[in-house]
Amino acid sequence: MTGIDELQIVALSLKVAFWGVAWGLPLAIATALVLARARFPGKTLFDAAVHLPLVLPPVVVGFALLALFGRHGPIGRVLEPLGIVFAFRWTGAALAAAIMGFPLMVRAIRLAIDAVDTRLEVAARTLGASRARVFFTVTLPLAWPGLVTGALLGFARALGEFGATITFVSNIPGETQTLPLAIYTFTQSPGQDAQAVHLSILSVLLSLGALALSEWLVRRRLPGSAHA
Amino acid sequence: MLEVDIAMRRGDFRLEAAFASGAPIVALFGRSGAGKSTLVNAIAGIATPDRGRIVVEGRTLFDSARAIDVAPEKRRVGYVFQDALLFPHMTVGANLAYGERLTPAGERFVSRERVVSLLDLGRLLERRPGSLSGGERQRAAIGRALLASPRILLMDEPLASLDAPRKAEILAYVELLRDELALPIVYVSHALEEVTRLADSIVLLADGRVVAQGPAAEVLARPEMQAQAGRFDAGAVIEARVASHDERYGLTLLAFDGGELAVPNVDALPGEPVRARIRARDVSIALAVPRGLSIQNVLAAQVEAISREFGAIVDVSLRVGSTPLVARVTRKAVDQLGLRPGMPVHALVKAVSIDRRSVGFA
Repeated sequence: MTGIDELQIVALSLKVAFWGVAWGLPLAIATALVLARARFPGKTLFDAAVHLPLVLPPVVVGFALLALFGRHGPIGRVLEPLGIVFAFRWTGAALAAAIMGFPLMVRAIRLAIDAVDTRLEVAARTLGASRARVFFTVTLPLAWPGLVTGALLGFARALGEFGATITFVSNIPGETQTLPLAIYTFTQSPGQDAQAVHLSILSVLLSLGALALSEWLVRRRLPGSAHA
Repeated sequence: MLEVDIAMRRGDFRLEAAFASGAPIVALFGRSGAGKSTLVNAIAGIATPDRGRIVVEGRTLFDSARAIDVAPEKRRVGYVFQDALLFPHMTVGANLAYGERLTPAGERFVSRERVVSLLDLGRLLERRPGSLSGGERQRAAIGRALLASPRILLMDEPLASLDAPRKAEILAYVELLRDELALPIVYVSHALEEVTRLADSIVLLADGRVVAQGPAAEVLARPEMQAQAGRFDAGAVIEARVASHDERYGLTLLAFDGGELAVPNVDALPGEPVRARIRARDVSIALAVPRGLSIQNVLAAQVEAISREFGAIVDVSLRVGSTPLVARVTRKAVDQLGLRPGMPVHALVKAVSIDRRSVGFA
């Protein structure tokens, strides 16, 4: 194992986690908004479905992804002619990361949207703003700390994703071997504990870095205190 | 011109209200829970009536029969909320700009500079709502609503969360808006003082129904109003002009169509219209002009009606010229004097009972 390989593992992990959050976040915001504001029959069921990845064994999620998005799965078969392949690719790892982090993102964002005073949204509408404009100029900025927290939780979950990833896209060095998978591989090979420790420390540093970044993002947006 | 005729149900509460007003300031007056806020929310489009019609300045905003329900953002109805509701993540300047930017340039009737100077917001523009005092916040909220160039301005208890000096300050600004911008204002309040001072016409609400409406002085003298205002504050309002000042004694003489009224000094120039509220319990009745009396105001009046009550206290409706006045006396006194509708009497009003707070600039 050389330093180059380590760099590659870290870069792949960051890429997978980044795209996992990037794909998951817009959908998580929309889902959080629906859960916070809309009332419809079957909402409890929808809420439960959103939380499923949180309560299911990750291996089950990975297996479900394999069944659906694999080359012969009902979704994978449709997407393959379009050039979109998830099975045994880093994109599949990102998809698994997005799905595993999704409920965490939804929860954090939903709490933040719940905390926004709906009367402020009403005030904005009387000033001539459409629902969509109110959402982007009032609701979302006021929910910003929750948004950042949600993104961080999603990102951290993505960096640590193991079970769903290894089940769905296997453990291919350079393609789907993220940090946890690499660490696992080293612990399984005799005499490579040092490398496992090394990568573990790296992953602690990455997580701390993400935490610091999110703190900075929240503070920069809201000088002084949290929103009143 | 504002025309409202709506019915709506919210749980156990039913609102059925119809009124029309072309006055510069119409007050929706009533106790809390009377339906005032629901009514203004319906005008703003925030609450949807079950049926009825709302027309503002000739434009139909809601009509259940024609399936018209204009979205709140398209109504051009300004709304000043009780607790300002400034956007906490924006500076005051950005709050002001919010509605202004969404208003087509051709429809703006007031410039940012004008609003900033009218409401004295210049020093606040860079500040955040969290660092403002209650009065400053309310001024900024009024400015924000104005800059969206509304066709009517709704103010829902805008003074309720302010202390007395701030109340007086904001009241003065509201009067300034009325005089400077010619913008119709719907002013919601349960405070008699505010309504007396500001309202040109009053819609009196109780339990979701309009129990009285009309010119302010008339409604303020109505028996329904007495019931809403509570025993202590019930009374009438006299529309008058400043006739002269008595510098030597510090009195101001107000002329109205029933005669003259001496009150403690009022800061207004001769000829200026003012409105004085006279509480029913400050008015006595005499059959002849009494002699050797400290009371400064003795007004020739006629008994209009006597409330039928079995307790000790009776309200006697009087008319001084064409101005209504209410006297609260004992039932014993009514019997002793033999008061009957149509009887000529004299109404006695102590000058000191009309304090500064009871006089407003009409």
